[in-house]
Amino acid sequence: MAAISEQKLHPISTYLKIWTLLFVLSSFSYLVDFYEVQSYLRWTLILVFMFAKAGLIIAFFMHLKWERLALIYTVLVPPIALLVLIALMSMEANYVYLSRLLYFVD
Amino acid sequence: MNTDTQSTGIKSLVEDWSADKQTFDISWGKLMMWIFLLSDTFIFSIFLISYMSVRMAATSEWPPTSEVFALTINGTHVPLLLIAIMTFILITSSGTMAMAVNYAYQGNRKRTVILMTITALLGLSFVGMQAFEWTKLIVEEGVRPWENPMGAAQFGAIFFMITGFHGLHVTGGVIYLMIIANRVRCGYYEKREHNIVEITGLYWHFVDLVWVFIFAFFYLW
Repeated sequence: MAAISEQKLHPISTYLKIWTLLFVLSSFSYLVDFYEVQSYLRWTLILVFMFAKAGLIIAFFMHLKWERLALIYTVLVPPIALLVLIALMSMEANYVYLSRLLYFVD
Repeated sequence: MNTDTQSTGIKSLVEDWSADKQTFDISWGKLMMWIFLLSDTFIFSIFLISYMSVRMAATSEWPPTSEVFALTINGTHVPLLLIAIMTFILITSSGTMAMAVNYAYQGNRKRTVILMTITALLGLSFVGMQAFEWTKLIVEEGVRPWENPMGAAQFGAIFFMITGFHGLHVTGGVIYLMIIANRVRCGYYEKREHNIVEITGLYWHFVDLVWVFIFAFFYLW
């Protein structure tokens, strides 16, 4: 119970710090576009900043960091299944793309 | 409620699931909100994955989002400016919401209501900017769900579906926030107040969270 009641006592400054971090990370991801970073470096940077921001929001703003492991796993484990869908759909999309090149593009 | 809650880590996980008690030691409302958000995660993921396959399979060039969403201010051309402002607004609203939850736990009703109202207003301005963006794309650029002058025809369908669905979530969230803020102001919830505000906050942070992914995959990629 201790862990659960602790979260209510966080000082406002905690949120301001996370907010500042989110601001900085968003600026960085905007700068990736602004300075026209391309290809793999671009995609890596976008993903890094995206996951950092998402992690901060989930952990601190949504308080998941201070929840019981039972809830944390219930929320975070099922989305892993999405990786399977991503893999399947990229194979399918590749196939569609190649079919279009073969039959539909003059 | 019980003695098991003292344990931490994996031990707590096993005990929560196997002991003769309810598994989740949180209010049912909060648990149901988490379950709803989990299901919503899948909905948005499916949208984004469909976007991925549509973009991968497109034979014509995907429209350059950086240019499509650029704004010209005083003759200066700034790429993706509106989207960046929208991102900052949504993050700020998430910050004020987190503070509202904190004040609700401190029992400071007045500050909770003020911060929730600010959150709702920021959300409203986000929806307003989205309406502006849609108008610009539809009227000036001629983007339609089935065609557009900039490139791959699938762009419009994906854009309107994803940002539209997210915009609906924000709109719904603003209404939700205003109802709860008003009830808190009237003292409707009495002692459950902090719990209700926290649940509302979870929904609002999720809306912000989804935007992080849309911003990365749709606008920046």
